[in-house]
Amino acid sequence: MAVVETGAAPPSVAEVRPRGASRREAWQRRLPLLPALIYTIVVTQIPFLVTLWYSFQNYFFDVPGGAHWTGVSNYSKVFTNAAFRGALWRSVLMTVVAVLVAMILGVAFALLLDRKFIGRSVVRTLIITPFLVMPAAAALVWAGPMLDPNFGLLNYLLEPFGVHHVAWLSTHALGSVIVVMIWQWTPFMTLIVLAGLQGQPADVLEAAKVDGAGVLATFRELTFPFLRPYIELGILLGSIYLVNVFDAVRLMTNGGPGTVTTNLPFYLYEQVNNAFDVGGAAATGVVTVILTIIVATFALRMFARVFQFEGAGS
Amino acid sequence: MSSPPFRLRTLGAVGSVAALVALAACSSSSSSGGSASGNSSSSGTVTVAVVSNPLITGQMIPLTRSVFEKQNPGITVKFATYTEGDLRAAIEKDVATHSNAFNVIMIGPYETPLFAKNGWLTDLTTTFTNNDPGYDASDLLPSIAKALSYKGDLYAAPFYGESSMVFYRKDMFQAAGLTMPQHPTWAQVQSFAAKLNVPGKQSGICLRGLAGWGDNMAALDTVVNTFGGEWFNMNWQPQLTSPAFEAATNFYVNLIRKYGEPGASSDSFNQLLTLYGQGKCAMWYDATVAATSIATTYPQVATNTGYAFAPVNKTQSSGWLWTWSLGIPQGTSNAGAAWKFVSWATSKQYASLVASKYGWAAVPPGTRTSLYSNPSYLAAASAFAPITIASIDGTDPNHPTVNPVPYVGVQYVDIPQFESLGVAVGQQIAGAIAGTESVSQALTAGQAAASQYTPAQLSAG
Repeated sequence: MAVVETGAAPPSVAEVRPRGASRREAWQRRLPLLPALIYTIVVTQIPFLVTLWYSFQNYFFDVPGGAHWTGVSNYSKVFTNAAFRGALWRSVLMTVVAVLVAMILGVAFALLLDRKFIGRSVVRTLIITPFLVMPAAAALVWAGPMLDPNFGLLNYLLEPFGVHHVAWLSTHALGSVIVVMIWQWTPFMTLIVLAGLQGQPADVLEAAKVDGAGVLATFRELTFPFLRPYIELGILLGSIYLVNVFDAVRLMTNGGPGTVTTNLPFYLYEQVNNAFDVGGAAATGVVTVILTIIVATFALRMFARVFQFEGAGS
Repeated sequence: MSSPPFRLRTLGAVGSVAALVALAACSSSSSSGGSASGNSSSSGTVTVAVVSNPLITGQMIPLTRSVFEKQNPGITVKFATYTEGDLRAAIEKDVATHSNAFNVIMIGPYETPLFAKNGWLTDLTTTFTNNDPGYDASDLLPSIAKALSYKGDLYAAPFYGESSMVFYRKDMFQAAGLTMPQHPTWAQVQSFAAKLNVPGKQSGICLRGLAGWGDNMAALDTVVNTFGGEWFNMNWQPQLTSPAFEAATNFYVNLIRKYGEPGASSDSFNQLLTLYGQGKCAMWYDATVAATSIATTYPQVATNTGYAFAPVNKTQSSGWLWTWSLGIPQGTSNAGAAWKFVSWATSKQYASLVASKYGWAAVPPGTRTSLYSNPSYLAAASAFAPITIASIDGTDPNHPTVNPVPYVGVQYVDIPQFESLGVAVGQQIAGAIAGTESVSQALTAGQAAASQYTPAQLSAG
């Protein structure tokens, strides 16, 4: 990731000045940045190199004797391993579903919250709350008091409707985890879209009304195109965070039952924590980083476009 | 901007130096953080990794605060509490990498011989118990002491010991006109479960479903053993897809899915204790130590609880053997203080201390012979003490199965690979219990996981 960030060199403005002055100025600019740069290298690139080294080692915590070189066998295991492909697929599925549903709900809530009504500020605060709760605490509340098959609130509420003791985290594990992810991230989407909505010029909407446009037509033709950059931004940021979701998986289902909720971060964690396979986990990590860089390159391009939109809008 | 070049440069240099100093401070503090001062002195901080079971969280930790630390003002005890699966991972990483974050670790008969063989544990016999006659190591139950020994020396001190048995509600059995035999078969247990199961109100039987070799696999392994299955044959070939293993797993999974508690794939000892205590289970097959927790936490339920031996099919007995025990990692700091804590928590005096605070029925069971000749204990625990000790004595970790096997262990296989293999198979079984896959799919995946090791690798363990 850091590779991508540091890759773009700023265009030099000192080009027109005399060479000596430019070199000095360049260093004046660089020097204060150096500590940050060194720090970034120490905390991101050195661990990455160590990970790279481990990924070529056969190293199990529980086998005495330490690490020894195995070549690319860890990598061939990653690519031939059905568990890795499964985890990758579930990561993508969980992220896509959660981000899209959260965004649809976010737009809906934002449109509602954009209207004036009594107690709006209270409702806004309430709607943001799930995002402010610690993810670990939220996951525990959902796993226990909410979804427990015997003592859970949801089953209690559903009992009058003939639903008895559904073990949500066993029979609908993946769905339950995704619902919690959506619950947690809808407020974030709402906030971003709401910020966009409030920047919408009132005169345009008024003109639309005068021209006789209905509510739906106004949303489709004016509001939605206006909101597009905000929605894209929300989707981008949401994806970056949700692809890494770990708390909910670890604390609600522990990746199970079986492996139905094991996503990439949890798979990696398990390789170290249950299988003690440091080499295999390192190889999985390296492959994940490469995949992330590919995805991030496209995402960052989109990011740049979003900001251009915003620049054009203001 | 270009007028004070020197100052800016100096600032930058100072900044980078400051950053380097900060980094150096970080790294040095992290490397020295683990090793506290002092080596074998009997004072300092003792960090103890424990499992979050009731006799630890409800008794050991509060009594350490209120009694042990008062009696030993120089020693501070810190507890790191984990669930069973997390505890194993945390301890394995700590001990194998010699991080020595823990001065005392809670382990059992699976870990103790393996860790001792790797040189990861302090020999308690030669280092401590030989010079500590008050500890009376010869009083430890022979089967328990043997399970915690390597080459004749004790490497972990038992805090409590257990086999497995059936807890059942006498009132529910009476209402249904059923009688539980003292030595039930699994077929009988199944028929009782079918009659006593009232969906939405009470489960016919509560069983472990949570993924983990010490969780769902511990219970399932005893079923597999008595159905004539085994993990490996004498040539170390995995036998997870053998007819006996498959029959046992089908039986266990169907029993849970038909008459077990809802959401079983996330339940293990602690969850089931709560369910049983709240009257949600007509029967419960689990560790004998649960009797102690039922008696102290749910006295109302305890008066209605009957106890029967672990159900069997093809064998005479089928109980597992386990003991949560305290070991001291090799090379730990404060080893003297660590032993002081370990010997206190596993002593005869600790039993009297628990009795004085919580009553005799609450005393950690299954570790010392003297407890089972103590009239006060036998009076308070008359309902479950005889069956507990008979179950523990009836286990044979060296011959756990119908067919001869090359490994030791009733509800585990005492090889290093089992730590991850047992968890991987446990996950598959949990999937079968939840219904996300079939039993044969789960066992095929388990067989594949076991087949990644060669017989040579497995037998070397």
